[in-house]
Amino acid sequence: MVAVSTLRVVGRPLHPLQAILLAFPFPLFLSALFSDIAYTASFHVQWVNFSSWLIAVGLFFGAFALLWALVDLFRVEAHRRKRQIIYFLVLLSMWGFGFINALVHAKDAWASMPEGLYLSVITALLALVAAWIGYSRFKLGDAA
Amino acid sequence: MKRRVLSMGIGALALSACDDAPGEVQRGPDPNLPEPRRGLLPVMTIPRPAGWGNDLPVVPQGYTIQPIATDLRIPRQTLVLPNGDILVAEGSGGNAPPLRPKDFIAGVIKKLGRSSVAGGDRITLLRDADGDGIYETRGIFADNLNAPYGLALVNGGLYVANQDALVRFDYVDGQTEAAGPPRTITLLPSAINHHWTKALTASPDGRFLYVGIGSNSNITERGMDAEVNRAMVWEIDARTGAHRPYATGLRNPTALTFHPDTGQLWAVVNERDEIGPNLVPDYLTSVREGGFYGWPYSYWGQNVDIRAQPQDPEKVASAIRPDFSLGSHVAALGVDFSTPAMGAAFAEGVFVGEHGSWNRSPPSGYKVIFVPFRDGRPTGEAIDFVSGFLNREGNARGRPVGVTVDPRGALIVADDLTNTVWRVTPTSPRLGALPPGGTDGVQRR
Repeated sequence: MVAVSTLRVVGRPLHPLQAILLAFPFPLFLSALFSDIAYTASFHVQWVNFSSWLIAVGLFFGAFALLWALVDLFRVEAHRRKRQIIYFLVLLSMWGFGFINALVHAKDAWASMPEGLYLSVITALLALVAAWIGYSRFKLGDAA
Repeated sequence: MKRRVLSMGIGALALSACDDAPGEVQRGPDPNLPEPRRGLLPVMTIPRPAGWGNDLPVVPQGYTIQPIATDLRIPRQTLVLPNGDILVAEGSGGNAPPLRPKDFIAGVIKKLGRSSVAGGDRITLLRDADGDGIYETRGIFADNLNAPYGLALVNGGLYVANQDALVRFDYVDGQTEAAGPPRTITLLPSAINHHWTKALTASPDGRFLYVGIGSNSNITERGMDAEVNRAMVWEIDARTGAHRPYATGLRNPTALTFHPDTGQLWAVVNERDEIGPNLVPDYLTSVREGGFYGWPYSYWGQNVDIRAQPQDPEKVASAIRPDFSLGSHVAALGVDFSTPAMGAAFAEGVFVGEHGSWNRSPPSGYKVIFVPFRDGRPTGEAIDFVSGFLNREGNARGRPVGVTVDPRGALIVADDLTNTVWRVTPTSPRLGALPPGGTDGVQRR
């Protein structure tokens, strides 16, 4: 991103532990999406088992990232609150869709499809956006 | 002891789980089959163990029920020997590893509805030497077995279907203990053993043995590779152990028996879960040689189950409709034909032991029913024969498994929750064993 270099970076960097927690959801949910695609292509049921576990672990670490974001809502400086609220809401909806996705993936065999695939797309996208916001600790709108 | 029924899928998330009102259990040859449905959570109702207190199971007027053995170690199936002794197979099988996060959670929940006693892996012998209905002698006929379930006695051989092998003991009339370890007739499919019970019966001439082998999953969620030699009935040559599939597509054939007059093989079969409270009916059916009964591709004939992929339209087209619906999720685990000695009203027909559901609210099963027969076919309405296994709060006092008709006029019912064997007899004035009115409603011990 060329634009990033022109921005003025404000605030502290992410706490390392928070960064580690936030590092989990996107790759895990993305892998779940790929393994769902493999299942729909092959009907080989082991792929959907992989998806179930990837989603479960994504939710586990995502829950801590979400908690951290919630606590930060009350700690953040006033001028960065709006960004923090957006970050929290994206993470929250990622977790919500991810949880529903976990339940859908708990259905036996093909019963999880195609809903599970669609939910995996949504969850992975939300995880991407959450990570993007989380790791870009600059004030929104500074670029202008 | 008051414990609450554990009900899940009826909370906040159940708004999407609200299936059609379950209503009455659908019995008969032509059950109404709703559209398959399943919310975000499967409906789970686990009646918790409650105990009998001073009550007894309910039997029809003119009949009496007594426990003839208690404190067993998970009794499943029974066999009445020619001299009247009763053998009880005790055990708990299955070694299916939890595969998904769901399997861990469901395992913990379902365990709440089961006995905490460890399976006996043995066969207990009960004897009533003086014929007073009290089985005063009890001993171990054989132990160190591997989750024994099906039992059959034919041509001097006592055959036991362990969860991994069909074995044979020599048996002579009056014997109370096996002479030695059994001989293996043939190994049975036992990898994973999601459905581990191996039902067993012998052809009337004793040449062949028939073993019911359940599927390795609810609906192929362990993959089709796990289903090789599963969901079928094997025909096994009693002499050589040679075997072949006799009928296929039977998801979990949990009990087998031959019709005494027609020589036709009959089975009770447990059907698939998680597509609604009224799907799919468990059934009682005659088993046709070479017949395919649908699992996993379709149910109740040609109703396609899209969960099994890739589909197989040719197999679906060939699927046989079962003869008689017992109702969805009743979990039939026992079947035996009656004799005239059971009394006129129950002379011709079949008794079915129903272990009871987890995937239905309100629960179904938890009773022994009688399906009347005429000319070798089910006819008319099924009736409750032994009930009262669920108490008023919906908790389980017992769970019936195997049912065996004693030709002298008694029904033997194994109960794997209270670890009891029950015996139901027509109240005979000749025996005079019961006080007047003692057979009406809930009896007192």
